[in-house]
Amino acid sequence: MIGRLPIAKMLAATVALTAAISAVMVSINWDGQQASTAAPKIDDLLNVMIVLSAFVFSLVMVMLFYALWKFKAKPGDESDGEPIHGNTRLEVAWTLIPTIIVLFGAGYSWSVLNDIEEKAENPLTVDVFSQQFAWSFGYPGKGNVYSEGELHVPVNRQVQFKMHAQDVIHSFWVPEWRIKKDNVPGITTTATVTPDKVGTYQLICTELCGLGHAAMRAKVVVESPANFRKWVAGLKEKVPPEFMESIREDTETNPLPVGAGGA
Amino acid sequence: MAAAIKRPGWIRGLLGALAAAAFGVGLVVVLRDISGLPIWQTEQTGYPHVVVPLVTGPLGFLAGFGCFDYWLRWAAGMPTIPEDHSQHGAKSWRDYFRFNTDHKVIGIQYICTTFFFFFVGGLMAMLIRAELAQPGTQIVDGATYNSLFSTHAVLMIFVFVIPVFAGIANYVLPLMIGAPDMAFPRLNALSFWMLPLAGLLFIGSFLAPGGAFDAGWTGYAPLSTGAPLGQSFFNLGVQFAGASSIATALNFLVTIITMRAPGMTFWRMPLLVWANLSTSLLVVAATPFIAGAQFMVLFDRVLHTQFFQFAGGGDVISYQHIFWFYSHPAVYIMMLPGFGIISEVISTHARKPIFGYRLMALALIGIVVLSYSVWAHHMFVAGMFSWLRVPMMITTLLIAVPTGIKIFSWLGTLYFGKIHTYSTAMLFALAFIVTFTIGGISGVMLGMVPLDIHVSDTYFIVAHIHFVLFGGSVFTIFAGIYHWFPKMTGRMYDERLGRIHFWGTLFGTWVTFIPMHWVGMDGMPRRVADYAAQFGEWNLLISCGAFILGAVQLVFLYNMIVSWRFGPRAEANPWRAKTIEWQVSSPPPIFNFDEIPRVVGGPYEFGVPGARHAIMAGEGAEVREPQPTVAGTT
Repeated sequence: MIGRLPIAKMLAATVALTAAISAVMVSINWDGQQASTAAPKIDDLLNVMIVLSAFVFSLVMVMLFYALWKFKAKPGDESDGEPIHGNTRLEVAWTLIPTIIVLFGAGYSWSVLNDIEEKAENPLTVDVFSQQFAWSFGYPGKGNVYSEGELHVPVNRQVQFKMHAQDVIHSFWVPEWRIKKDNVPGITTTATVTPDKVGTYQLICTELCGLGHAAMRAKVVVESPANFRKWVAGLKEKVPPEFMESIREDTETNPLPVGAGGA
Repeated sequence: MAAAIKRPGWIRGLLGALAAAAFGVGLVVVLRDISGLPIWQTEQTGYPHVVVPLVTGPLGFLAGFGCFDYWLRWAAGMPTIPEDHSQHGAKSWRDYFRFNTDHKVIGIQYICTTFFFFFVGGLMAMLIRAELAQPGTQIVDGATYNSLFSTHAVLMIFVFVIPVFAGIANYVLPLMIGAPDMAFPRLNALSFWMLPLAGLLFIGSFLAPGGAFDAGWTGYAPLSTGAPLGQSFFNLGVQFAGASSIATALNFLVTIITMRAPGMTFWRMPLLVWANLSTSLLVVAATPFIAGAQFMVLFDRVLHTQFFQFAGGGDVISYQHIFWFYSHPAVYIMMLPGFGIISEVISTHARKPIFGYRLMALALIGIVVLSYSVWAHHMFVAGMFSWLRVPMMITTLLIAVPTGIKIFSWLGTLYFGKIHTYSTAMLFALAFIVTFTIGGISGVMLGMVPLDIHVSDTYFIVAHIHFVLFGGSVFTIFAGIYHWFPKMTGRMYDERLGRIHFWGTLFGTWVTFIPMHWVGMDGMPRRVADYAAQFGEWNLLISCGAFILGAVQLVFLYNMIVSWRFGPRAEANPWRAKTIEWQVSSPPPIFNFDEIPRVVGGPYEFGVPGARHAIMAGEGAEVREPQPTVAGTT
């Protein structure tokens, strides 16, 4: 049955379509500016997935449109098609090949995930405090100095954000860094990023948090270590005590032993 | 008048609702007074004098309407009213507004009710897109906007997509397996009548002080536990929709397992039956979890329990685990019945047996099993313990395999067939393959943790869910409605209007939902009334697409209403299909079959010389088997 199909031509069409779609889609910078060491790794993963997806999509399109062109009933033809009930080899193939593709994707994603979350030697720790509808930041390594609505970090040094929500869930997203993490009341969550481009960015809240959600933004400045030191030295306020109380042990990567939880 | 009050129906139903609601208010007043509490508690989350009647009122309506009459009489030892089949069949349109135990009437009640909510929810989508056509806020304020997208999603999910499939299956499935009705016709009627109550609670929340619920359809705690009164309407509406869903799924399971016509082995069941068997397995086990999650939120709000209040020792993230333990399987609850519809439509219109029938059935079961083990992929950035991410990523990606099997098998079915594309149902089925493939691909990308971290809670998610739920589920719903329209109404619909509807819907879907991927990846978060000016042009295009998509649904509505009334009479089997529902008249006789058919072969034996799926009464009657006794007909 397969022998009666122009398999070589169909495969060629699939490859050509894959190449055309990939060429266009890989050349577009979908995720915007890259400003962290994680960004190019995530974008590479995206591009690999675009090519694999383009192949699957092209295969489906070629199979579909060839069938529609070749096996469309002539007007007035009331006969039935050929009574083919299946083909074991083909069915095994379209079970196994997608399995291999997705397992490859899973392995690749896993390695990227490990890579972007790897802890560096001497990270800067920054406390993130979120509340309806504002962001503020504390620098525990610098005497807990406090900044409202403006986050400064040095370039090319890993930053560990420890996030603490005061009321409802918020989510911390800097698109150029490609990182996002929910701030959850009652626990402390962590996100790791190494900014590698000096510039000004926007911190966006991405978890619906109420009326002011759309406007819950903060300014993010990535600057040279010298400028960063100067800016920190200029911070006079300390983190308010009620915010200090929201700082807890990170249970996300260090779950409490069973039985040790609770109030 | 006294007779009208005693007889089950609308008057007794409304009186029952009023009486039960008054009882609810009275209960609150008395209990609070005894406890020495201020009687009218109107903190924004409280309002017990509203919440309690919202439970008792609908139950009072159901009791008054007659949903429990038979059971209550039986349970109380009173003589039950003998079944005279007055609650069976529909002679005029009025019969569709009565308590009716006929699966065909209930099927149509379901479909019409759910499409009513589809158009209400669609209208909300139009308002949402009008607001988003430009940056800034023009049409609605931020609070109304949050209510609009929340109710839009809830109406579409809980009282359109999930129950419309139950409606189609209600009509078609008993006919397909050669059964005279569902296993539990009275339970079936109760399931249906709970549904409009759920929809009314969702829409009615707009009347609550503080506006309709606005924490999204996901209702994450603690935003939802602190939200105004409207949130309680959502918590309770989900209970009615969920109870309806669970009861229907039990009904389908028992019907499919015990009421198949003689000869219909599992491997001779049409794939629509397989699909509903799989869906029902998901519904009965998963739906209690969302019911529980919403009760816990309601208790936190009204009874001041502390399930999700960290200050009281509660755990915020556990809400998401419980919620998604239902709501991920729910994605398949909203897709598997559609898979069944597509199999029927493609096989019939390609005049070919389904390619790899057994693997198709097994793929459905594979999806059921896997779908219970992927819920935390909605929580990759939620701050849950981080080790769970990679295992859930692997199971999530593996679910693409059975889904891929289905896509390739539908394509395989087309090969060496005689493909007819004159039917709008077939057009929707073919387009479904394309749009669902795109939705599946973006789903695989979302399953990968590093990509998900970037796009989670952005418009990429909105694009993905609409590609799978609109380009996926809703396309299959349209395919199903067009396919079985002649069977249900006894009339043909207008294919020309059908094609206008199809091409408009396809175009609108792509223009609306494709650019959403792009703005999402580029930095536009979801659930915002206002957004950065750089996304303005794409959003204008998206809104234009949405308006086309909305407008073209009116063509569908017109086509359905006018064809139902005035369309040319349909023959029994206009598509020359093999399954049993097409071997009876259109619409089918009141009890479906004079005599239960006998199944002698597979359901899709196109082109096999001499093959038969079923032998109907009065033909090939050389072998007479004893009439089987079937539950639910006594």
